[in-house]
Amino acid sequence: MEFKTYSSPHLPVANNVAVMMQRVLLALLPGTICAFWIFGWGVIFNILLAGITALAAEAAILRLRNRPAFTTLRDGSALVTAVLLALALPPLAPWWIPVIGSLFAIVIAKQLYGGLGYNPFNPAMAGYVVLLISFPLELTLWSAPGAHLNFLDTLALVFTGQLPVGQSLDTITQATPMDSIKTRLGLSETLSEIHGSPLFGHFAGAGWEWINLWFLLGGLWLLQMKVIQWHIPAGMLGGLAAIALVFYAINPDIFSTPLFQLFSGAAMLGAFFIATDPVSACTTPRGRIYYGIGIGLLTYIIRTWGGYPDGVAFAVLLMNLAAPTIDHYTRPRVFGHGDRE
Amino acid sequence: MADSGASFKRRQQPASFGRLHTFHGGLQLPGHCEVTAALPVSSAGIPPILVLPLQQHIGAPAECRVRPGDHVCKGQTIATAPGPISVPVHASSSGTVIAVEKRPVPHPSGLQAECIVIETDGRDSRQQADHAAIDYRHTEPAGLCELIQQAGIVGLGGAGFPTRVKLCNRSQRIELLLINAVECEPYISCDNRLLQERAAEVVEGVRILRHTVQPDVCIIAIEDHMPAAEQALRAALDAVNEPDISVTRVPDIYPSGGERQLIKILTGREVPSQGYPADIGIICQNVGTAAAVYDAVVRRQPLLSRIVTVTGDGVAQPQNMDVLLGTPVSHLIATAGGYTEDVERLLIGGPMMGYTAHTDSVPVIKTSNCVLAVTREEMPAPPPAQPCIRCAKCTDVCPAELLPQQLYWYARSNNYDAAQDYELFDCIECGCCAYVCPSHIPLVQYYRHAKAEIWTQEIQKKVSDTARSRHEAKQQRLARIKQERAERMSRKKQALSGDSGNKDAKQAAIQAALDRVKHKQKLAGTVPKNIDNLTVEQQRLIDAADRRRQQQHPGNKTTD
Amino acid sequence: MLTALITFGILAAVIGLVLGYAAIRFHVESDPVVDQIDALLPQTQCGQCTYAGCRPYAEAMAAGEADINQCPPGGASTILALADLLGVDPKPLNPEHGEHSEKTVVTIDEQVCIGCTLCIQACPVDAILGAAKQMHTVIASECTGCDLCIPPCPVECIHVVPVKTTLHNWIWPLPETPPREVTAHG
Repeated sequence: MEFKTYSSPHLPVANNVAVMMQRVLLALLPGTICAFWIFGWGVIFNILLAGITALAAEAAILRLRNRPAFTTLRDGSALVTAVLLALALPPLAPWWIPVIGSLFAIVIAKQLYGGLGYNPFNPAMAGYVVLLISFPLELTLWSAPGAHLNFLDTLALVFTGQLPVGQSLDTITQATPMDSIKTRLGLSETLSEIHGSPLFGHFAGAGWEWINLWFLLGGLWLLQMKVIQWHIPAGMLGGLAAIALVFYAINPDIFSTPLFQLFSGAAMLGAFFIATDPVSACTTPRGRIYYGIGIGLLTYIIRTWGGYPDGVAFAVLLMNLAAPTIDHYTRPRVFGHGDRE
Repeated sequence: MADSGASFKRRQQPASFGRLHTFHGGLQLPGHCEVTAALPVSSAGIPPILVLPLQQHIGAPAECRVRPGDHVCKGQTIATAPGPISVPVHASSSGTVIAVEKRPVPHPSGLQAECIVIETDGRDSRQQADHAAIDYRHTEPAGLCELIQQAGIVGLGGAGFPTRVKLCNRSQRIELLLINAVECEPYISCDNRLLQERAAEVVEGVRILRHTVQPDVCIIAIEDHMPAAEQALRAALDAVNEPDISVTRVPDIYPSGGERQLIKILTGREVPSQGYPADIGIICQNVGTAAAVYDAVVRRQPLLSRIVTVTGDGVAQPQNMDVLLGTPVSHLIATAGGYTEDVERLLIGGPMMGYTAHTDSVPVIKTSNCVLAVTREEMPAPPPAQPCIRCAKCTDVCPAELLPQQLYWYARSNNYDAAQDYELFDCIECGCCAYVCPSHIPLVQYYRHAKAEIWTQEIQKKVSDTARSRHEAKQQRLARIKQERAERMSRKKQALSGDSGNKDAKQAAIQAALDRVKHKQKLAGTVPKNIDNLTVEQQRLIDAADRRRQQQHPGNKTTD
Repeated sequence: MLTALITFGILAAVIGLVLGYAAIRFHVESDPVVDQIDALLPQTQCGQCTYAGCRPYAEAMAAGEADINQCPPGGASTILALADLLGVDPKPLNPEHGEHSEKTVVTIDEQVCIGCTLCIQACPVDAILGAAKQMHTVIASECTGCDLCIPPCPVECIHVVPVKTTLHNWIWPLPETPPREVTAHG
């Protein structure tokens, strides 16, 4: 009797890229719902616009490259990129912001390099940075946490730019807490004065602290499910907290507390979802820790002394550049060999 | 589904060699061996045909000593070892040799190799020879080594390295003799049953090995999911009151049964990458090998059979069988109830490191520990490989602490120098990395391909270096001939271009040369036929030639 | 303006001197590039590259007169290695020089051989054993498969034989999807 030939191992494989991506989306859900609760329908529109653009763009490029479009889309990586990008964008941004960002992220930052597994830079962050630099105004106007626009008003604002009756841009948008800190520190106010404003909540920015908390919980669940490993989040949060602690100890009036730093902006989203993108991160265990610490340090530096209120995106892209070198110098010792020199 | 992470509990058991250590990575895999481990070993009987490959071991193939038509007895040596790293082959049952030819053998390539084919006569008769048991206690280790070699014993754990070489061809002192009963690969339970049924013989075999090796310590390592086997083993040790051989339980992690990993677990020491366990004072042998040593020394029987686990959903009655070497797999399956309907794949060996056989006419050889007939449902065809997402799950599970991902990239792009730099040859091909890969990349196949390509390139390099040196030698030879010819020419020219006064001297030289030749011929007693006693016709031809020569070169001497 | 010019001029001179000194002082002896190129070539000595053997081809490449894609026995792997060594882009094998094929050896049909030694003279690595009016035979382990002996043979008794795949030289193929049936060899 004749049989087919296969290569070992022959046991059915345990893991699956699509399942990993689905779990990432699931872990993002609590934080997303919290963001929707606080910032309104804009968040949902961003996600929908970015998602649809991403899937369509990837399908189109795959067709051009003569690759099987449907099976590749099914792995869910384009959707994850789009959702991460959308969560980083201001909720009331015009419709073309998530569309352009998503197009750049998928077409240029991912597919032009060869598709899944080949991109050296985090596509979501690449798209975000392109938008930030090209359209700085649209990207720094965040919606005010209290100004709940209803569905139709948001729809109108996002797609046509038409403001709701009786509202002006000033009433519905405002700077983020970190943006506000940066501006007011520049005006020589102290942190204790700044923190009195209603922009700030219990231990970090109002609203932002809860969103970050939910992302933290989602990230811990991902760790539990072994979709990500502890090295990068621990490195990033540890690095960020450590440098924040050092400077907070030097001058509490100017430098925020570590707790504030950890729960502001995209810190938790970055630590568990963005920096852990396996394709653009380091691969060796020790390398990942250094990579995470690097992102944490750079985030703090850009936040405190750089030109932008939140440094996660730039920090991630800069460490993406360094990832191959870090990998090269953190090769683990192989079984049966002496210590590496 | 198995958990691919590294967070499983490892129970520490007190051992007589210190505490248990751990090795990096590894997997907990579903056992799939409960059914076959609980059934007694049945006999596969005597098949109608035995196909015995000349190479069932690592090393040089054995040399055939029989011809078609010869009658052979059970246990008769039918092929001898040509050198030190080889073992003889014996007839597993009595019968007649019907062919010595190429037949399919268990090998992933599906190629054929030289085999001795015996048609059995069913009588299973042994040779008339001395079968008295040898008392190993009063035998020199060298004598035991020779017995082991003559019995054709190789490592029965799957590697097939000649046991005599491992035990005896070394100069190092041995601290630890480690007997490997850690059956970590799913589905396989042959060692489990061996211990449950023949524990006393295994213990005796271990004592013989201990006497041969003379270690300081002797430990039998057993996996903690084999309680019945462990119990039988301990009972057998107690029965002979053997306190110096201890039994250690090892956690059920694949691949703890690998020699290097097991040594790390028990001693914390790592076998050097390009070295052998003997280099750090350890020798590791499989329990099956110990039982074979018992057979060789006490029963005076060479290695003729082994226990094979025949299992999988593709076979009707999975069980362990005592199989004569050379039995075709088809006979085994038939004895185990035949195939079930959906059988799709036939594996020789376990599901992690075994290879597919493309026909069931391949025979069972010394290293075949398991025959797996699986259905499509049990082991579905692997989905197409997706791009590597660099998640590094493979790095987490690699027991050799390699970077499988980097090896994959380099093997794929044929960058063999970089692959070797990342220690490709330390890969033990256990399959843990491919098992956890979410993109379903057949990693082990890439590494096997890369290793084979590197070996081929090294051979090519030697071949091309030899060709270059032969080419250069030829060119030097031609140049030397040319130079010699040129020198001869120039000498001759010099001689010819002297003044005409030397013409007489030249004539004198020629006459002197002719006289020398005549003188030599006289001494040798030969009479040249062509000078004297010429026939008329010959003389006429010679005169004509002389006239022609005179016309062309007047003044030259004629032949005389 | 003038100060700038003078400053830069002095800087350039100083840096130039430092670089020149370093080039001499820290010079590393390495194989001449011809030897390095020759080490990569397969030494078939077949002449398909239009040069009289592998060494002349290596010398031509080192002098920049020959391209790196002229060696059919070396195939793509040799072209890649040469491209790497010489720092140029790899390119596909030039079909004018022949096609890459599996390694072959030649064998002499002894019933037909007349012992003329023409093939012995033609073989670049002396892989044919024989003498005038004696039987000629090919030493298969030394034959590089260059086929230079075939044209000179007046009775056409030399045949090309592919090297057989046995258990000892079989290689796992690179993975391809879907898995294919193994056809029985040998």
